[in-house]
Amino acid sequence: MRIFESFRIAVRSLLLNRTRAMLTMLGIVIGVGAVVSLMSLGRGVQDYVASQFEGMGADILTVRGQSPVRGFFAVTNPLTAVDAEALATAEVAPNINQIAADYTVQGTAVDGYSSVSATVRGVTGNYFAVYDWMPQSGSIFTQQDIDSQTQIALLGTTVVEDLFGDATFDPTGRTLLINGLAFVVVGVMEERTARLSDPNGEILVPISTAQTRLANARIAGEGYRLSTIYAQVTDPLMMETATSEIEAYLLNKHGITDPDEADFTISSAETVAESRTAVLSTLTIFLSGIAAISLLVGGIGVMNIMLVSVSERTQEIGLRKAVGAQHSDILSQFLIESLLLSLLGGAGGIALSWGVLQIAPNVISGVTFSLSSDVILLATGVSSGIGIFFGLFPANRAAKLHPIQALRYE
Amino acid sequence: MTPFLKFSLKHRTNGASHGGADEQSVISIRGITKDYLMGEETLHVLRGVSLDIQRGEFVSIMGPSGSGKSTLMNILGALDQPTSGEYFLDGKDISRLSSRALAQIRNRKIGFVFQNFNLLKRTTALRQVELPLIYANASDRRSKAKAALTSVGLDQRLNHLPSELSGGQQQRVAIARALVTNPAIILADEPTGNLDSRSGTEVMQIFQRLNEQDGITTIFVTHDPWIARHTKRVVMIRDGQIVADQAVARPLVAGVDQRPSEAQELQSMLQDAYGGKPEEYT
Repeated sequence: MRIFESFRIAVRSLLLNRTRAMLTMLGIVIGVGAVVSLMSLGRGVQDYVASQFEGMGADILTVRGQSPVRGFFAVTNPLTAVDAEALATAEVAPNINQIAADYTVQGTAVDGYSSVSATVRGVTGNYFAVYDWMPQSGSIFTQQDIDSQTQIALLGTTVVEDLFGDATFDPTGRTLLINGLAFVVVGVMEERTARLSDPNGEILVPISTAQTRLANARIAGEGYRLSTIYAQVTDPLMMETATSEIEAYLLNKHGITDPDEADFTISSAETVAESRTAVLSTLTIFLSGIAAISLLVGGIGVMNIMLVSVSERTQEIGLRKAVGAQHSDILSQFLIESLLLSLLGGAGGIALSWGVLQIAPNVISGVTFSLSSDVILLATGVSSGIGIFFGLFPANRAAKLHPIQALRYE
Repeated sequence: MTPFLKFSLKHRTNGASHGGADEQSVISIRGITKDYLMGEETLHVLRGVSLDIQRGEFVSIMGPSGSGKSTLMNILGALDQPTSGEYFLDGKDISRLSSRALAQIRNRKIGFVFQNFNLLKRTTALRQVELPLIYANASDRRSKAKAALTSVGLDQRLNHLPSELSGGQQQRVAIARALVTNPAIILADEPTGNLDSRSGTEVMQIFQRLNEQDGITTIFVTHDPWIARHTKRVVMIRDGQIVADQAVARPLVAGVDQRPSEAQELQSMLQDAYGGKPEEYT
């Protein structure tokens, strides 16, 4: 009953000073709005990035030759066809199902008067299956094509559009000059949403063609050089075991004892997604932290207005104490007032960020943003925390007033 | 509540052994002093005040400003605590209570009426009167508040705001607020000080009726001898001590006895007006 009275007084006080209350709340609205918007935007982008990796070769390990920062005379051992063959055997890597590989060069494709720069990716026959990327027209390369270093190409949709000015154009059968060599187009790859780079801007050719005709990738005793090895793991649960199998083989082969010195990297879609979202998450936390400063300012605004409210009502406090109000009655009356101020401000802030999230997809296309319940809960918690924290000092000052002094206060 | 009871019982026996506290008195103070520290110097505002007030009495405390009468009233009203001495209110020693317990005493035992009414802004008469009941966790607040307002003749003004009431009516709301908890005493600090003489008379009539008919113990703090002469006993305080304590032989009846002119009043003040005879003014 008494707490109800405190609540009633608090509501009345806010209603009687509507403009003042609104302006004070505005500080909290902006603070909460900024924090909630940034957190939700950051989370939306994170989810978007993660979704790009979802279902895309969750069982694929990607191995790249890469030299860590080393001494001046550093020697990097490239990945080679011998490595690919070895990793495909059950003795070396029992948890690996099959191995695909590619060898990429930068190239220029010319058709008549138009030309386009593109990554030319020489791929093995099973690359399409392992990488889960098929042509929308035409067919994939056969073993025959690979064995005989045939000069044929599959084009990404962007390449088609850039070269022929129309994405729906069917270039099958046309002859292109790639780095000066004639290639017959045998099909167009299906459009694929971007992950690390834009695959639609690539030209696929048989790996042997890329290794021998577009470059000289032969290494004595090792067959040919490879850019990437794709290892399909037998069971997605065995990713880590398979990773250590590959690592052990390559470290041994390259004569490296310290795994930190490795001249190659092994990654999965998951680890790449993780590292990407980790960066985004750090950024989100950092930006939200900056936005939280405005919350602090809003909180000081609440404290300020509560001090005004207390000093305006000193006589009233005196009277209430004279007729029997306890310390706790006065304290709760003002605490509830500041709590209401900041909670209403928090609700306004959530509404504001809802509005921001409605507009956001028009600016950042393709990403869906939503207010998640835990962010709302956090915002509510933070708002009430601000109300209590910044209300405690004024409320306590009111509650500690001596009734005689308060009654005489003019 | 239990520790409080134990505490007061202990002191009651102590008081009795002193031979000081009168068990029949509603107020019994013994050797009350109050010191204020003003920088280096100690200001002795009350220098050992002892006073007994019986149930049903109507007492005025008079004194010039600086005499300590406001301090005495604050102590009597449990708004402040004495530096030393004992204060028995309704048989309980309240001179050493916590501020929490004092708030409870003010709520249950004391009704305050102030010179400037001290009503809450933008609050209806009914809610003003309900206020002490809220802090008492009382039930049936509305009907009790209505009854109190009816007893001061404001049953037609229940939902009026202070701004819609005359000064006299506002003070009557304040009286209803003081009455509503059925306190042991009503403490009124210059209750007619801010009122014109007609409203003042109205308010005075109410106090006299409450005292006569309902036997409500009332203590006035005033510097106005004319007001004091409406009460039954006058206690004069000066320099922190009681210098006179006398019954009023024939208290004036508000609304019947007309206030004398200022000149007559001055005349009567120069003579010993307290307990004076009505013939002096005719």
